Amino acid sequence: MTSTGYSSPQARMGFFTDTSVCIGCKACEVACKEWNAVPAGDGPGTDAAAGMDLLGMSYDNTGGLDANTWRHVAFIEQHVPAAAEPSAPVQAGPATAEDLGMPTVGAPRQGDAQENAGVRWLMSSDVCKHCTHAACLDVCPTGALFRTEFDTVVVQEDICNGCGYCVPACPYGVIGKREGDGRAFKCTLCYDRLGSGLQPACATACPTESIQYGELDELRARAEARRRELHDAGVTEARLYGEDPDDGVGGDGAFFLLLDEPEVYGLPPDPVVTTRDLPAMWRMAALSAAGVVAALVGSLLGRR
Amino acid sequence: MSAEGRPDRTPVTTNDSYYGLPIVKEPAWQQPDVPLYLFLGGVAGVSASMAALARPLGRDALAKLGTVTAATGSVASLGALIHDLGRPARFLYMLRVFKPTSPLSVGSWILAPFSALASMSATSVLTGKFRTVGALAGAVAGILGPAMSTYTAVLLADTATPAWHEAYRELPVVFAGSAMTSAAGVALIALPKRDSAPVSRLAAVGATAELAAAHRLRTRLGIISETYRVGRAGSLLKAVEVLTGAGVALTATGRTSRIARALAGGAYLAAGLCTRFGVYAAGVASTRDPKYVVEPQRERRGRV
Repeated sequence: MTSTGYSSPQARMGFFTDTSVCIGCKACEVACKEWNAVPAGDGPGTDAAAGMDLLGMSYDNTGGLDANTWRHVAFIEQHVPAAAEPSAPVQAGPATAEDLGMPTVGAPRQGDAQENAGVRWLMSSDVCKHCTHAACLDVCPTGALFRTEFDTVVVQEDICNGCGYCVPACPYGVIGKREGDGRAFKCTLCYDRLGSGLQPACATACPTESIQYGELDELRARAEARRRELHDAGVTEARLYGEDPDDGVGGDGAFFLLLDEPEVYGLPPDPVVTTRDLPAMWRMAALSAAGVVAALVGSLLGRR
Repeated sequence: MSAEGRPDRTPVTTNDSYYGLPIVKEPAWQQPDVPLYLFLGGVAGVSASMAALARPLGRDALAKLGTVTAATGSVASLGALIHDLGRPARFLYMLRVFKPTSPLSVGSWILAPFSALASMSATSVLTGKFRTVGALAGAVAGILGPAMSTYTAVLLADTATPAWHEAYRELPVVFAGSAMTSAAGVALIALPKRDSAPVSRLAAVGATAELAAAHRLRTRLGIISETYRVGRAGSLLKAVEVLTGAGVALTATGRTSRIARALAGGAYLAAGLCTRFGVYAAGVASTRDPKYVVEPQRERRGRV
């Protein structure tokens, strides 16, 4: 029996997204939209067509995951002192080289402190985490959200009645309600491809193997090996996110290797499935309901 | 960053958020639909229980009013819920499963039978026919009543919305208390002086419970309490204090004129509306600024 309740011979499948090799090409976003026929539609918090608007956030023009964005590449530009950059001067190019906004290499420029500052680029392809304890699935009143034989979490479009409860329940802000359609949509981990032995569209399209699809146990081992490799190479800020089966959501089916704190990438630092506290919530509601009965009896039985 | 030909306006991300974007999604529900659904359900629930108790005590006017209020309120509440769905025609999908992990599933299974029973009882009371069936239906609705007035608090708390989830201990008390004052408010407006003493007592108990719990919301939730103190939520909850206080003051003497009773009843009903809209607004505010997600989670992980 797995932690999600399945007792089938099918191994749990998932994603390991190694952001240290992401080049920000957005092939995953495009492949996802193409395969799943996801409309352009609304960006998060705006009425603008996602991907067709310049958001002024580096090269990120989709903003975040939503009903119409199931893979989202984040672009983070950080000022770092050139001296602190881990990159060895591979090629000591002339200081007058054209700045293309690429990760800086080479010797720091002389004199000006401002000129000495470099920019570090972080790129990361975000996706639904397919939680072990998935709040969206727990709170769905119709059973439209279900857990597949691959231990992924999928919305059945023909069942969803658009109640919208899954949207605020997700601790990562992944699932969204599609304007004009009314129902909730999110990443299916390409449920329709897995059964045919194919990889999800995004993993297939990724040119650097930043997105790796496979059996979750194997991915976890691979991710830990990669983290160690990076630490040995001096990249001590590399850390895994969502790989721990003991975290607040029981571990993610889609987890990450990050190079900074999760919140820098727009991820919650310590997400907890809201239904963990549900028994305590029902107890408080029952106590309050008992209080209503007591207040009614006391008020009505009292003397006129 | 300052390459020639490229304006130096790309914001470099900070260390505590991704361009200040929200992490969790704003509740996907509509206003006023959902706050009204919460308010009407609460009034209906307490009114049904009040009617069920008043009938054997010989308070016929109170029983009749409670029965009619329960039917009207719950049917309107149901209407608001259905109107809020992305696919209203699929409302009955709410009843295709019963899921204790989904407060909306449990709530639908409370609301649907409650509104049917309350409507049967009200029809019987108004037409004078099928009295036994009507009384029985009214009694069962009365038993479901306290649950009607509290399950909505669990509905909100069982989300990743910081201001709602962290308030799961207080919200049921706030909603139950508010439902009692509002149900008493209807009776104060509609009934003669003969019935005003017990409903005034009920209102005073509800007001005390609600205001005490609401005070905890504003003070005990750490940084998240801000969302209940400032902005739209802060104003609405301040109005609740003033309106509820006015209602209690107007009915405190027990010797009140018809006008004073009507004013007090109106103040209680307005306070009930402000409570639901205020709590809803606090939830929305807590999703818009990522600090309400990030800071408590950072503290939980022992890093500040």
